[in-house]
Amino acid sequence: MNAPTEQPARLTVATCSLAGCFGCHMSFLDVDERIVELAQLVTFDRSPLTDVKHCSERVDVGLIEGGLCNVENVEVLREFRASCRYLVAVGSCAITGGVPAVRNKFTLESCLREAYIDAPGIDNPHIPCDPEIPLLLNKVRPIHEVVRVDYVLPGCPPPAEAFWELLTALIAGREPELAYEHRRFD
Amino acid sequence: MAESGQFLIDGKPTPFRAGQTIMQAAAEAGHYIPHLCYRPEFPPHGSCKLCSVKANGRFTSACFEPVTEGMKVESETDEIQGYRKRVVQMLFAEGNHYCAFCEKSGNCQLQAVAYHLGMEDTHYAHQYPQRKLDASHPDAMIDHDRCILCELCVRASRDLDRKEVFGVAGRGLQARLVVNSPSGLLGDSNFALTDAAAHVCPVGAILPKRQAFTTPIGMRRYDKHDIGEESSLTPIADKGE
Repeated sequence: MNAPTEQPARLTVATCSLAGCFGCHMSFLDVDERIVELAQLVTFDRSPLTDVKHCSERVDVGLIEGGLCNVENVEVLREFRASCRYLVAVGSCAITGGVPAVRNKFTLESCLREAYIDAPGIDNPHIPCDPEIPLLLNKVRPIHEVVRVDYVLPGCPPPAEAFWELLTALIAGREPELAYEHRRFD
Repeated sequence: MAESGQFLIDGKPTPFRAGQTIMQAAAEAGHYIPHLCYRPEFPPHGSCKLCSVKANGRFTSACFEPVTEGMKVESETDEIQGYRKRVVQMLFAEGNHYCAFCEKSGNCQLQAVAYHLGMEDTHYAHQYPQRKLDASHPDAMIDHDRCILCELCVRASRDLDRKEVFGVAGRGLQARLVVNSPSGLLGDSNFALTDAAAHVCPVGAILPKRQAFTTPIGMRRYDKHDIGEESSLTPIADKGE
C-alpha cells in the first residue's frame, strides 16, 4: 500500500553537440546494452536523445561534443555551464577545435564564398544572411577557451569504455580514471 | 675522477661511466626519461625540455647534464611529470595537432609522450598557425603546422647525410623549419627518401608520400605500449618508420 521508500537521487545527464559530427554521441551509444543499466541510474535531461528543449535548473553532468563554430554554439555552451555541476569536454572537437578547426587556416569570408558563391552548380549565389541563421565565428574554438571545463574525454571519438568509466565513476562518487587504451586522441 | 660510479634516479642506485650525461646513463640502465629532441646519434639539442629533471635539487636537462658521483636525480615525481605535461600541452596548442587524421597517429612520439604523461586536454589557448604545406617533393611532404622544432632532421641531414637540407629560421613564435633550396621548397632541394633525415621526424611533420594508414589500428607502435616501455634509443635504421 505504501509507496516504496524514497529512491536515492538519480544523476541527471544533459548532452549536446555543438560544432560536432554526432560521432561522440554514437560512440556513447556504443555502450550497447549497458544503456539499459545506465537508464536505471541516470535521468537524461536536455539531449539530442530526448525532447527536452532546455537544461533544467540543476543538472549533474553535461556532456559537450563539438567545438564552437557559431554564436548559437556559444549560447548553448553557456546554458550548459550555468546548469551543470560537472561540464565534460567530449572528443577532440570540444577539446582542441578538432577537424572543423582546419577552417581556421582560411578567412571566414573565403569559406563562405567558396561554399555559396564560387562552388560549381550554384543557383542564385549569395551568402545566407537571414537573422534566423546563427552567425559563424571568425575561428572555430575549443570550449575551454569560453567556459571552465571539469572533465575531458579525449578521442575522435572517445571509446564507449571512456563514457562508461566517466559516468560510473561520477555515479559512484569517485574520480574517473581512463585506462591507457581508452585515453587516445584519434 | 673515477672511471665509473653510482648515482640515484628517484632513489634507485644506477651505474654510470665518467663523462656520461644523466640521459645516457639512465638509458643504458633501461630507465626511461621522457624526451623528444634527443637521439643518441647526435649531440644533445635541449629544445624540448621534456627530459628536465632535478639533479641535487636543481632543475636541469638530463640530455646535457653530466652525472657526478652520488648525484640525486628526481625524474618521475608528481612535480616534474606535471611540468612535462604542461610542456607537451604547449607543443599541442602551438601547432595544429589533429591526430584524428594525421598519418603518424599511433606512431608519433609527441602523442605517445602525451599518453605517457596522462595528458588528456591541451589546457592552453590554441595558436592555430597558418604555415604553408610543402608538397613539392615527389616522395615526401612537410606539414609545418606539426613541426616541434626538435631539429632532428637538421642534425641528421647535416651530420649523417652531409646535405644540410634543413635549418630553422625566424625568432620566437615565428621560428620555423626552412629548406635549403633557392625556392625554399623541398622539391627543389637534393633531399631524398633514402636520407636519414627522411626518417628521423618524431611527429607527423616530414612524411613519406603514398605510405599513409598502412598499419591497422591496434598494431601501431604506441597503441598498446607506453613509450616508456620501449627502448627509445634504438638507431634510426631499426625504427622502421
